[in-house]
Amino acid sequence: MTNSASKLGAADSPQYKASQSTWNAIAESQEFKDLMATKRAFIVPAFVFFVLYYVALPVLVGYAPQFMSIKVGAVNLAYLFALSQFFVAWIIAGLYVKAANAFDRLANDIVNKAHDAQGGK
Amino acid sequence: MSTSLLMFLLFIAVTLGITYWASKRSSGAAAYFAAGRQIKGWQNGIAVAGDYMSAASFLGIAGLIAFFGYDGFMYSVGFLVAYLTVLLLIAEPLRNAGKYTMADVLAYRLQPRPVRAMAAISTLTVSTFYMIAQMVGAGALVALLLKDSGISFHAAVIGVGILMIVYVVFGGMLATTWVQIIKAILLMSGTFLLSILVMAHFNFSLGDFFASVSTVTYHDHGQVVVKDFLQPGLRFKPPYGALDLISLGLALIFGTAGLPHILVRFYTVPDAKTARSSVVWAMVLIGVFYILTTFLGFGAATIVGRDYISSHGGTNMSAPLLAQSLAGNIFFAFISAIAFATILAVVAGLTISATTSFAHDFWTNVIHNGVERKQGEEVLVARISAFVVGAASIAIAVALGPTANVAFLVGLAFAVAASANLPVIVLSIFWRRFNTAGAVAGLEVGLLGSIGLILVSPSLMAVYPPSVVGAARHLIQAKALVPLENPGLVSIPLGFIGAILGTLLSNEKTSEDKFNELLVRSNTGLGSEKASSH
Repeated sequence: MTNSASKLGAADSPQYKASQSTWNAIAESQEFKDLMATKRAFIVPAFVFFVLYYVALPVLVGYAPQFMSIKVGAVNLAYLFALSQFFVAWIIAGLYVKAANAFDRLANDIVNKAHDAQGGK
Repeated sequence: MSTSLLMFLLFIAVTLGITYWASKRSSGAAAYFAAGRQIKGWQNGIAVAGDYMSAASFLGIAGLIAFFGYDGFMYSVGFLVAYLTVLLLIAEPLRNAGKYTMADVLAYRLQPRPVRAMAAISTLTVSTFYMIAQMVGAGALVALLLKDSGISFHAAVIGVGILMIVYVVFGGMLATTWVQIIKAILLMSGTFLLSILVMAHFNFSLGDFFASVSTVTYHDHGQVVVKDFLQPGLRFKPPYGALDLISLGLALIFGTAGLPHILVRFYTVPDAKTARSSVVWAMVLIGVFYILTTFLGFGAATIVGRDYISSHGGTNMSAPLLAQSLAGNIFFAFISAIAFATILAVVAGLTISATTSFAHDFWTNVIHNGVERKQGEEVLVARISAFVVGAASIAIAVALGPTANVAFLVGLAFAVAASANLPVIVLSIFWRRFNTAGAVAGLEVGLLGSIGLILVSPSLMAVYPPSVVGAARHLIQAKALVPLENPGLVSIPLGFIGAILGTLLSNEKTSEDKFNELLVRSNTGLGSEKASSH
């Protein structure tokens, strides 16, 4: 972007422009609906699970400190539960990356189709 | 010359070299604001970690664990888990649909001027609060670490401020990125070394280590006390401790995804897939680091002890003092230099996000309606505002002085990010009905709600005996009106309610009509900003 006095609004992205009806057509296409359904099927449960699993930590630590102080080996329940948060977060991130490969394939098809419809690129 | 000072100077020399190199390479707005979008996934991941793990984490959390045991570790958990919000909801849509700032995404379907103006105000508020906290901390810390070299608080603040201005004005995002990468690598190495030394002290027996953690001895009001530091409740006490803990947790896991200096990092990579991999890289580093705070914090509690730390600089000195007691002055100097690098990398990140928002959102898009009148104007404005932001934070930090009670400013930054920025970003990406009035209302309510709640919280209101004087006193000498130190529990729902009510009480057809465009762009990457070619 070296042209002077260039429009800088994000909506004027030089990479792909289309009319509102084109955007609507893409948004209502079966491919796009499949992409959104696939994403939703992973992201919604993953998000809800991680928030609940995380919030359980301060709730238990705050309201049941005696229970969380029960010794397990050299440490206690509170520390183990806190430590488990790290591994659960890493596992969810790993699963997401795996699931996202499928999102990428679906998204690429939509992008290619859109470029083709504008006479290729 | 002390070893600490020598290591500081070495770090400064290397980073100035990088800044010089970056200034030769970078030209044009995308190069200045987004490093040409050519940063690799792993590099950006390390840089995100370097941008995020502030002195508050390295020194502050080690200190909190050293003094309050398990309750300090609760911060560590939230700081990592927060990245799931970034990964699942924010990073990819932002990279797909935006250009330099979070407001780019909002401006697609909402009226650009009011939305960008409010988003810029919110961004500048978060960045400034966070920066003042870092600068005051930095000054006190550097003065303490370099005590033998005779460097004062004022000299330290001015030095840190000038370096940060130089990195950002001359090196832009590229230099900032590499300063953050080097810092993250230094921080990780120092933390690993320190953890290994702690374990060596306990003959590499986790059993011995935790046995020692469960019987920590120190003096409290002249009395000898023995506490199990793995037990919760040493800091967050009844009756409101549990609520405060939940409130803090919510601000952490939703605030991180609204921190402008973290969000701008996702524009430095070529595409959404790389943004995703950089979050994962960051999560590995950040997770390992915060797990290791177990050894830093509990190590300081058991090996150095609360009593000694209290009389040698206080909580923030826990990690450096631990290094000193385990491996002598050279290691103390090394850990101190890392703390210094940590501060510089974070303030540079804050400065560039603040200046990007001012130049791109406010100057170009609000004042000049999205038209750059002269080539290079936006970058020029950003450079000038970096200078102004830097000078202003130096002035404020010097005025507040080394004993100012500013720790709450970090909490406030997270609260504003979670209550103002996050609801608006999420709703604009996911809710078709969302509109301009909703965005403006959400940002206003979230921002003012967080600030208002902090003003009447125990962070700013407390009654002190007259013997406590000066800046260490709380601002308002009266009983706190709200018992929570962390406003998130109330302010995050307020931000969402503001945004939703603002939307429902108004009608704006165009924002609904343009939702499909944003939906397609943010989910597919169609038409996203490409990396600049050389």
